[in-house]
Amino acid sequence: MIRFDDVTKQYPDGTVAVDHLTLTAPTGKITVLVGPSGCGKTTSLRMVNRMIEPTSGTITLDGQDTGRMDEAEMRRGIGYVIQHAGLFPHRTVLDNVGTVPRLLGWDRKKTRDRSRELLERVGLAPELADRYPSQLSGGQQQRVGVARALAADPPVMLMDEPFSAVDPVVRDQLQDVFLDLQSELGKTIVFVTHDIDEAIKLGDQVAVLRVGGKLAQVSDPAYLLTHPVDDFVADFVGRDRGYRSLQFQPAPRLPLRSERTLVVGESTVGLTEPWVLVVDDERRPLGWVEPARVNGEVTSEALHRGGTVARASGSLRGALDAALSSPSRRGVIVDDSGTLVGTVRGHEVLSLIESAERPDVDRPDALAGHRGEGLA
Amino acid sequence: MTWVNDHWGDIFTLARSHVWLAGVPLILGLLIALPLGWAARRWSRLYPVLISTSGLLYTIPSLALFVLMPIILGTKVLDPVNVVVAMTIYTVALLVRTVADGLGSVPDHVLQAARAMGYGGLRRFFGVELPLAVPVIAAGLRVAAVSNVSIVSVASLIGVPQLGNLLTDGYDRFITAEIIAGIVACVVLALVFDGLILLGERLLTPWRRAQVVRS
Amino acid sequence: MIASILEWLTSSATWSGDSGLGARIVQHLWYSLLAVAIAAVVAIPLGLWVGHTGRAKWLVTLANSLRAVPTLGLLFAVALWLGPKFSSDLAFLIPSVVVLVVLVIPPILSGVYAGVEAVDPAARDAARGMGMRGMQVVRQVEIPNALPLILSGLRSAFLQVIATATVAAYVGLGGLGRYLIDGIKTGDYVSTAGGAIVVSLLALVVDGLLALVQRAVVSPGLTGGTVGRSRRGRVLPEDTTATGEARERAMDGVRGPAGGMSEVGGTVDTPKA
Repeated sequence: MIRFDDVTKQYPDGTVAVDHLTLTAPTGKITVLVGPSGCGKTTSLRMVNRMIEPTSGTITLDGQDTGRMDEAEMRRGIGYVIQHAGLFPHRTVLDNVGTVPRLLGWDRKKTRDRSRELLERVGLAPELADRYPSQLSGGQQQRVGVARALAADPPVMLMDEPFSAVDPVVRDQLQDVFLDLQSELGKTIVFVTHDIDEAIKLGDQVAVLRVGGKLAQVSDPAYLLTHPVDDFVADFVGRDRGYRSLQFQPAPRLPLRSERTLVVGESTVGLTEPWVLVVDDERRPLGWVEPARVNGEVTSEALHRGGTVARASGSLRGALDAALSSPSRRGVIVDDSGTLVGTVRGHEVLSLIESAERPDVDRPDALAGHRGEGLA
Repeated sequence: MTWVNDHWGDIFTLARSHVWLAGVPLILGLLIALPLGWAARRWSRLYPVLISTSGLLYTIPSLALFVLMPIILGTKVLDPVNVVVAMTIYTVALLVRTVADGLGSVPDHVLQAARAMGYGGLRRFFGVELPLAVPVIAAGLRVAAVSNVSIVSVASLIGVPQLGNLLTDGYDRFITAEIIAGIVACVVLALVFDGLILLGERLLTPWRRAQVVRS
Repeated sequence: MIASILEWLTSSATWSGDSGLGARIVQHLWYSLLAVAIAAVVAIPLGLWVGHTGRAKWLVTLANSLRAVPTLGLLFAVALWLGPKFSSDLAFLIPSVVVLVVLVIPPILSGVYAGVEAVDPAARDAARGMGMRGMQVVRQVEIPNALPLILSGLRSAFLQVIATATVAAYVGLGGLGRYLIDGIKTGDYVSTAGGAIVVSLLALVVDGLLALVQRAVVSPGLTGGTVGRSRRGRVLPEDTTATGEARERAMDGVRGPAGGMSEVGGTVDTPKA
């Protein structure tokens, strides 16, 4: 557990970067600090491992004041990932990953074995081990950065916008890899980002900071989206927050309709429906087809593949999106193995949403969350 | 100071030939380095060749190059042309890389935009690439200027008169004031060259001043 | 003329004896090595300190502005001032070595400083954040990354010392400069030109050797492995997958370091004597 207790950082020129921050990052959870630039999120993160000294207040790691620890030794016990990875250009990927173990005095063999294992875990091919960072793409460099931070198996990780310098597709992959790792490893993580979507996706707990380094709100992401504490937070979490908050509402009893289906190669002659769903041999949806236009055998080229597919066990957001994105306006719903279970219509999902209760309207910790207690 | 007061005329004459011996190679060197640097950018195979060659030329000690010039050029040993050519060689050696790197420092998107607007060949070079490379080239030119002023004084050892004569003469006749006058004159000259190049750079890159004001 | 120079260069009389060409080459190398070694002992730690702490940058500016002082003037002034204070051969040796040392401190200092300064701030931040102490950051991160520029500075220093030691024959220093200075005085153009050729070759060989050292000790990660083709700065393509094709593309776009080294003449950006 990391605890900020009334922490303030003021620079000699008078600028206050962090203003009386009190916040707890619970053990084994991801706490995301999010806010616009100048809100002190990075400063807060860097005060945890004393890269920046707080002006006042204390930060404790499992109850121990970090100000009283030996700086270098404390840092070796905290994984540290930064925006541009900060890999050492003169060392190979493998040696980069082994940095902290070597600092801790592990022998060469143990360090190398551990480093190889980590490269595999973050999804890098073994032949990359002997490359130099300049020979990797940005996304690969970030993976190495994560592997390097995990090398000595630290219980705590600090991550400063680790995925913001890569393109959206790569970022999405990196986030998934990261969540996978975390579900296995259960580290105590403080994660800084300016991207509210990233915060919502990754955070067990999200702390929104405002310019001037004041904590605006801290809570779990679902609650943050539905109950922003003031205009600033409401603005920051965005205009489509209602829609995005649906991702935290599971979709139970969807009114599924059975769907007439075709497989590739079947004839469309005689069909009167404007749109028909095409599936493969195992009834996994492939796309929609317009019989009037095909007038003969269904070919792979004739398929409209634009619609998203939602899982029956997924969220209301998934179901609604499937309906909205489908050319036939019928949302395709599958089970966990990807087999078609039926379709759903947009208005039906909407009435489900209307009949569903808004979660936790009067949650007792709403105020406590505002004061920064959060999940603690 | 008495020594200086008694010899203003000599100092002035020597300074004039020093300006000539250091300045002409600077201009010639730039004129030769521009097409070479451009070629190094244009044909990437040429780059290592040109850079290595200029590196080799630059390793030759100045006194040695001065002394060898007559064999290469077929000139007389005391001919000032020897010094001008030697200094031009050094200047080119230093500037080829600078020009190539300066042209290379022009952002790719700017070049693409220029091409998209129909700038072609020479017009793109003189209208877009060269102006944007001016800061880097000017920096190289300043290094060359300071270096030239210092090296030219060595020519007094082979008997080509310029400010270096104050140094050799002062040493030969134990006149410390003369040596100091020579040093000061060289430093002043180097500063003047430096200032002129800086001024030229500012005049050629008005957009850089605009940026400074805004930030 | 060229024939007689060649004859001079190849005759055994030229090479033999205490003041023969062989002995002169050794002398010249010895002065150069001595001066660079003394200057390096002063300038390398100083440059590391300025670069690491960011303090006293004016030292580098000061050292660089000293370059405007003409070498010849410095040499003569110091020789007049220090020469009479020593007896025997030291009267020639000490002033010259002092000047040589003073001359090559700036290129070494600014090479080291620029090298450390150019280390990716993110790498330095990561080093501290992972728990390296000050000296560990210097030894494990800053020095290896600054090495190309540190060695460029040293190469530049050697060239300058070899050139200036030649001129220093005028104030009585031994070495190859004797052939040039004495030859000019006596009008013996053959030995003058012969000496000039030998000292030029010496400079080339020393620079070439240092280039080899540079190649051997600098991490391939800093030079992009293949020096020469990596010079054009190209932005790394981003991978959309972590698979083969994207990696290959990334390989093509490998970027050299800022101010990367070159085969010969990684020294070109500093003034010479």
